[in-house]
Amino acid sequence: MIEREQVLHVARLARLRLSEAEVERMAGELSGILEHVDRISELDLEDVKPTSHVIELENVLRPDEPRPSWPREVMLEQAPDPAEGAFRVPSPQAE
Amino acid sequence: MGELLELTALGAHRAMVAGEISAVEYRDAWVEAAAADDLNAYLWRNEDGAAGAIAVERPCIAPIAVKDIFCTESAPTTAASRILEGYRPPYTATAVRRLIEAGAPILGKTNMDEFAMGSSNENSAYGPVLNPWDRARVPGGSSGGSAAAVAGGLAPWAIGTDTGGSIRQPASLCGIVGLKPTYGAVSRYGMIAFASSLDQCGPLTRDVSDAALLLAILQGRDGCDSTSVGIPGGLRLPDREDLSGLRFGVPAELAQSTIDAGVREVFEATLKRIEELGGEIAEVSLPNAEHGISAYYVIAPAEASSNLARYDGVRYGMRAEVDGDLIEMYETTRSEGFGAEVKRRIMLGAYALSSGYYEAYYGQAQKVRTRIAEDFSAAFADVDFVVTPTSPSVAFGLGEKTADPLAMYLNDFFTVPMSLAGIPAISIPAGLAEPGSGGSRLPVGFQIAAPAFAEQRLLDAAYALEQSIGFDAKPGEGAGG
Repeated sequence: MIEREQVLHVARLARLRLSEAEVERMAGELSGILEHVDRISELDLEDVKPTSHVIELENVLRPDEPRPSWPREVMLEQAPDPAEGAFRVPSPQAE
Repeated sequence: MGELLELTALGAHRAMVAGEISAVEYRDAWVEAAAADDLNAYLWRNEDGAAGAIAVERPCIAPIAVKDIFCTESAPTTAASRILEGYRPPYTATAVRRLIEAGAPILGKTNMDEFAMGSSNENSAYGPVLNPWDRARVPGGSSGGSAAAVAGGLAPWAIGTDTGGSIRQPASLCGIVGLKPTYGAVSRYGMIAFASSLDQCGPLTRDVSDAALLLAILQGRDGCDSTSVGIPGGLRLPDREDLSGLRFGVPAELAQSTIDAGVREVFEATLKRIEELGGEIAEVSLPNAEHGISAYYVIAPAEASSNLARYDGVRYGMRAEVDGDLIEMYETTRSEGFGAEVKRRIMLGAYALSSGYYEAYYGQAQKVRTRIAEDFSAAFADVDFVVTPTSPSVAFGLGEKTADPLAMYLNDFFTVPMSLAGIPAISIPAGLAEPGSGGSRLPVGFQIAAPAFAEQRLLDAAYALEQSIGFDAKPGEGAGG
């Protein structure tokens, strides 16, 4: 069972602000899903190797040669608040 | 014009190459057909067929509908999320670039579940897509717009993405062909990431030959995606007429699975047909497949919680208006920009990866993934293919499963194991069945899975079976017939 405090903790980790109603609903829904998922924590898989990727991955290398990157103005075109050739954001420190 | 739209993409390509039809007239006929979208299948249409950077100078391949998860330079790309509203990417996804280079005009961008998270297309921030067979029902998801566009005569073919069934399940629910290639067959560059170890691009088409043609264009190694390897040996059009010498494995576990009676009936009839075509039916065992949903709903949300961290209102997409500090801007932007299902999955993933739970959930899920891949390897030592129904039911009603996330997740029961194993699987329409709750008959998909990179063998077998089934029902006429 997921408690309200855990929901708030995970929401902070995920940078989500949940309303009171969302916190309550999330606690119930996550509990239901995790109850189903919990069945795998009972399986004995001690000697099984974990799979993070299904195909054999090889390192892909290229010569380390300088080349032009994206023009700054193209990258800034989609920014919600560009200023002086950079991304402007609110102050990280609250007033 | 009607006759032009009757052509399959392959038929149209041949007619264009032979000079029997005008490529421009053919394209324009589809642009007009797409404009009649009353299924909410498109989020954006390329109205004059020639938008800026994604224009095709000399069309010679059928125009295509593209799931809105693929970046298209200068054309809107939202992944059906508010957080990307108005976003116009500076570059085009490799899969789309390959289509443009082959001569396929882009018809438009199709609706989907937000960030490909869903099985009904009800999680789109821009409203649900309607199933052309019955507008009170879902088309499936997450590539629901692509599937509905092809089934509803709004596009000759389409591309989508499949992470846990998102091509195969909507193809099944809309009565068309959907193929999830082997992980690594098609480049993921420019495909907005959901779960990077599972996401794969693939075709949604009217028939198996079109799927082969489309995958032949899409597949290949790409310097921009180090996990892309292409399909060794490439692909040719399927031409097999029988199934003699081929063994089809039916998981013993299916007997205990919850499957609608009508779906089971079509599945059994298709097995008989395989035998009539000279194929052999054998029992196989996939003992760990039942844990597929659990493993998937840990691994996919975990990867998603990490992939979606990039939407922070700084570099692109929407930013919420706030008076407060940077953290408050992040939190408010993400809370206003993401829909309920996306938040749920981010929370689930962040929880599973958080300190103290990592081993019990993520670590364990990765081991289950190994076990499921081993089950398939063992099965393929004995049989050429593994077959199941694609979905346990026909298309369900709009709103029927939205209140219960777990019930929605269980809908992916038959498609998730192949995704976890990274192997290719195709869904072909096998017949019609009444919904469990009664009503007019709806399409049922038959899923065939093959070992990694055995796409040619898979397409050949699916083609032979498709020719024998002769599925020709269409929305609006096949139902009840």
